[in-house]
Amino acid sequence: MKSPVTFTLNGSESAVFVDSGANLLDVLRRGCGDLSPKYGCGQGSCGACTVLIDGEPHVSCLVLAETVAGRSVETTGGLASGPDLHPLQRAFIDGFAAQCGYCTPGMLMAAKALLDRNPSPTRSEVEEAISGNLCRCTGYEPIIDAILEAAKQRGAA
Amino acid sequence: MAIHHGRGFACINYPIGMNLGGDPSQALVHSTPDGKFKVTLSSIDLGQGIKSVGRQLAAETLGVPVEDVFVDTADSDTGPHDMGSFASRGTHRMGNAIIRAATEARAQLLEAAAEELEVDAPDLVTDGRGNIHVKGAPSRSVTVEATATAAQFNQGRTLAGRGIFLVPLSEVDSDTGEMTPVSSFAHAALIIDLTVDDETGEVEVQHINSAYEVGRALNPRLVEQQLIGGAWMGVSHALYETTEPYYPDRSHGPIDFNHYLQPGPGDAVPHHISVLERPAPDAPFGGKGPGEMCANPVLPAIANAVFNAVGVECDSLPITPEKVLRGIRANGGARPQGRPGA
Repeated sequence: MKSPVTFTLNGSESAVFVDSGANLLDVLRRGCGDLSPKYGCGQGSCGACTVLIDGEPHVSCLVLAETVAGRSVETTGGLASGPDLHPLQRAFIDGFAAQCGYCTPGMLMAAKALLDRNPSPTRSEVEEAISGNLCRCTGYEPIIDAILEAAKQRGAA
Repeated sequence: MAIHHGRGFACINYPIGMNLGGDPSQALVHSTPDGKFKVTLSSIDLGQGIKSVGRQLAAETLGVPVEDVFVDTADSDTGPHDMGSFASRGTHRMGNAIIRAATEARAQLLEAAAEELEVDAPDLVTDGRGNIHVKGAPSRSVTVEATATAAQFNQGRTLAGRGIFLVPLSEVDSDTGEMTPVSSFAHAALIIDLTVDDETGEVEVQHINSAYEVGRALNPRLVEQQLIGGAWMGVSHALYETTEPYYPDRSHGPIDFNHYLQPGPGDAVPHHISVLERPAPDAPFGGKGPGEMCANPVLPAIANAVFNAVGVECDSLPITPEKVLRGIRANGGARPQGRPGA
């Protein structure tokens, strides 16, 4: 049984037919063709699929797609505006905060949610904000540094 | 009940690649009609950086800007044969294959340019910015882009190269058993400072200090980042990760990331690294690559530091609070070993 769901995806209206019970991650990747949120564990414990719903971070693998009707969903796919990278993306590149890159989209969205509500976080606030996102390669330090650097850049701008 | 400080030390000599069947890697390089170069490999980049380093090696050898080189690691069906991304071999094996392929492609590039400029190819040099000119006469020049276009559409010539790197098989001396299993070793020494709580058995790593000798650091930031991330994984293996059950049998083993423990962002350990550059003779521009050795020495150094802190010798990993507490109890209490000279 499919039902129509209309929501805002990265600022544009998006309408898809979804199977009842389908999760948001699956609908974003297969229904909307937005491959930026990653499938990691499928159990809500790795954070690779993190997206923002009305500005709040959620693991999209545990969100029923039908519940985002009428709401706003943001993914890494919508972070850059044209050729201009988001300050977080720029800071991740400059700070070598990605190795294999699989956790990066989730890290970026968790970090965006933090900076949107707290533009100048402390180091421990950053650690707390990404504590639901697992990274296997970097040892976290470069990611934490990059988020702090992006906050500094945005403050200076 | 107290918090005890401990310091542990470990060294490593790590072989680059292996000696089974020569451990070959191949690379192909070809130009597009607009003078960009593609490097085709079958080994993948899983975050260690062979795409970045391969791009640098190809650009340096070809004499073109690094922005004009693209590395394709897409598919072992369509790429040339390679043993794979493992054994810390990527930079050394694939890098050498890339240099050979790029050398052949460069020779063809210069021949095509020579035909355009009506000079001899040995008289030509590249400026690394996309131009080819006559030695000592920069005004007599042609761009790499125009050369590639002319080669394809006028001269009917490919600008391409093939490369393979193979380690000669080492014969075993029948009297002594001596052989040379690998041609290149990397080295490191690492010091761990940590604390052990003799009431809870918890181990907290406080600092890592290390020195790594990896030949030339072809991309210093990538090397440093790989070492930081790898040491984190070493800490994780030493103190947290296990697929074996804790209590009371295997069915209680971890089934997801909530039970399979790893250090989180709040547990990141400050790590000071000195990278010593001693270019290796048979390595691409001297670079050997850190690979697996970035995690390995962390484990024995932590075990040694735990012994130094409380006198408990753990002979199995991970070093869990339970093992530490059982060890302390068996010894009749914490037995700090102290520091020589402290």
